[in-house]
Amino acid sequence: MDHFPTNWGRPRNDAVDAYNTYPLHSRPVHHDSFADGVQRTQQPIVTGTSVLAIRYKDGVMMAADTLASYGSLARFKDVTRLHAVGDYTILGAGGDMSDFQYLKSVLNDLIIDEFTQADGHALGPSEIFEVLSGIMYGRRSKFNPLWNSLLVGGFKDGKSFLAYVDLLGTTYKDNAIATGYGAYIALPLLREIMDAKGPENISEEEARSMLTESMKVLFYRDARSLNKFQIGKITATGVEISDAISVPTEWAFAEKIRGYGAQTQ
Amino acid sequence: MSDLMAHPYHQYHPQQPQQRQFNPYTENGGTILAIAGADFSVIAGDTRQSEGYSIQTRYAPKVFKLTDKAVLAVNGFAADGNMFVKKVKQRLEWYRHAHSKDMPLRAIARMIQTMLYAQRFFPYYVYNILGGIEEDGTGAVYSFDPVGSYEREACRAAGAASALVQPFLDNQIYFKNQTPALGSAHPTHLPLRHVVELVIDSFTGATERHIEVGDSLEMYIVLARGRSLQGLEGLKDVRELSTPGSNGERLFVLRKPLKRD
Amino acid sequence: MTSIGTGYDLSASTYSPDGRIFQVEYAGKAVENSGTAIGLRVKDGVVLAVEKLVHSKLLVPEANRRIQTIDRHIGMATAGLLADGRHLANRARDEAQNLRDTYRTPPTLKGVADRLGLYVQAYTLYSSVRPFGISSILGAVDKDGPVLYVIEPSGIFYGYHGAAVGKGRQLAKTELEKLKLSELTTREAVMEAARIIYLVHDDAKDKEFELEMSWIGDETQGRHLAVPDDLKKEAEQKAKDALEQFED
Repeated sequence: MDHFPTNWGRPRNDAVDAYNTYPLHSRPVHHDSFADGVQRTQQPIVTGTSVLAIRYKDGVMMAADTLASYGSLARFKDVTRLHAVGDYTILGAGGDMSDFQYLKSVLNDLIIDEFTQADGHALGPSEIFEVLSGIMYGRRSKFNPLWNSLLVGGFKDGKSFLAYVDLLGTTYKDNAIATGYGAYIALPLLREIMDAKGPENISEEEARSMLTESMKVLFYRDARSLNKFQIGKITATGVEISDAISVPTEWAFAEKIRGYGAQTQ
Repeated sequence: MSDLMAHPYHQYHPQQPQQRQFNPYTENGGTILAIAGADFSVIAGDTRQSEGYSIQTRYAPKVFKLTDKAVLAVNGFAADGNMFVKKVKQRLEWYRHAHSKDMPLRAIARMIQTMLYAQRFFPYYVYNILGGIEEDGTGAVYSFDPVGSYEREACRAAGAASALVQPFLDNQIYFKNQTPALGSAHPTHLPLRHVVELVIDSFTGATERHIEVGDSLEMYIVLARGRSLQGLEGLKDVRELSTPGSNGERLFVLRKPLKRD
Repeated sequence: MTSIGTGYDLSASTYSPDGRIFQVEYAGKAVENSGTAIGLRVKDGVVLAVEKLVHSKLLVPEANRRIQTIDRHIGMATAGLLADGRHLANRARDEAQNLRDTYRTPPTLKGVADRLGLYVQAYTLYSSVRPFGISSILGAVDKDGPVLYVIEPSGIFYGYHGAAVGKGRQLAKTELEKLKLSELTTREAVMEAARIIYLVHDDAKDKEFELEMSWIGDETQGRHLAVPDDLKKEAEQKAKDALEQFED
């Protein structure tokens, strides 16, 4: 604290210094460190698109394509956006990929801290989600958000878990969740089946086909997506994240679309 | 506006970097509502959480049990709401550890105002409605704005459809724009059953007319110590949350589906 | 104890005229009084074992562990003051995390031991602190394969094929030297480690002890874990049998 009242912010015009209490020549130069503003507001740079996930009979299944875009440029085409955290949880990420990498390392440290305690406890999906949403909300509150939409899926002690958190710290849980364009395009398809049957009546096979079909639909409509994706599942037997799956695409129908095919008018 | 822009301060400086500001807030829709009776209090909210035109989930509670006789409804920016409720609950737990009892309702209300005002320059973007039973056994509702301004009321609606619900409540509870029949007067307190029906009608109405309201209704009912269950009989989907047979306040929750479209 | 009474042993920041720091040597005494700890670096892994002396029957079994986990792939066994071991393990975890965050790869044990050596050494420099009363055996399987280090109270550290610290270290070292460590499997090393701890335990002076064992190898997917109960039981039984034969 500067206890000299004359330093508490004088009028710039020294003519106003009616009492002339401070010798002009030794008046400190006022440096305003915030004059240019603190630059931390940002935008995502290299981004991943939608992540889809559903709860089903044996646990949770999640899907994300392997594309990381630089604006409209398909910059990296073999990026994993599904990540195992500990032995019971999968984290799926859309949004900024460098922020996602940072989060992975934070969670890795967390898991190791827990492992080194060697106390027989392990972090499950709900604990990891709590930590993660705390980080996301904390960062948005510092005006320095981690620019992601994240899904946390898991299975531990006979219970499955699926929840969402994003750059604002907004959270929710549901049986079927999709981020990004998936929320508009894939989620209605997923909900249609989910609402009709409920998670306990969806087999692994059906869950896989639900996600695969949705990923295909997304590829046709989301320009920042790829027909190559991974499916992760988490069940009583643990985490499994598949290798990248490439699905064939069919564009013959496009011939008949005016303005796309060979028609001239 | 054009006058303002003409002022030199607002002139465009092309040499300065343009800054796009990160917006730390969003609106997650939904509506909450509470009504106080003579010896009961009803606190309700829908369970839809949305952003823009997307329904994020059909079940995200906005109404939370704080103590055996206090219930808090929180509406606005869901992330702030959840964090705020978490911190209120934490403070209430500390109070229990320090004083071996639950914090009285009016003290909770004052604490909430302090906690909201502490964030005056980066507010929790939420409207709070606190309902419960006072130490004198009366039903109470406290409503707050996001920065802590608060008052005790007989009823309050907040959130996306507050503009639809509050006028309805003004009319049905405060009897605004109604004149009593000659030689009679409006009642000062309504019976519980009547209040429950008003709440249900409020939410079915809001669901019909507001896209951000729907999916399901969660209604908490707090009865004063020693009060009979009159008004709850025959109601479906009611579950008691307090220990049956305890001679304190009694807490019930009523869950009811709303339209999902 | 020629040092006593000379006044040169009162502070770690004072040399004796012949160039010794007695406080560091006293710290070595604290280690010598402790139950034995050994480490075996073998063909495909590392085994740590500790003779944990139980000074009271009222203690909960398996409490006050002397083998601790530093990172997924790093373990540490200490001999000496238990609390000093805890503190150093915490420091080791921080150092391991720092190395991991810096290089985004699981830290090498050499890197961690180097940092810990510097840390321990710093406590030999000042009159305001006392040196660590522990010798630590650090074991890991890192990118260079199985590795084993011992850090002494002076801060000095060496890599070993087999290491022993604490009371029974002399006998333990003799036993370790008889083994062809680089040809043993981790599973075989578990048996040998248990045998050596049982062998060096002095029934006459110390009554009760608990065997504490951990391993890192292919069977643990490179993670530092306690030796599973059944395997440990088997090793203990074999150790007891070997001991009987030895005594006959």
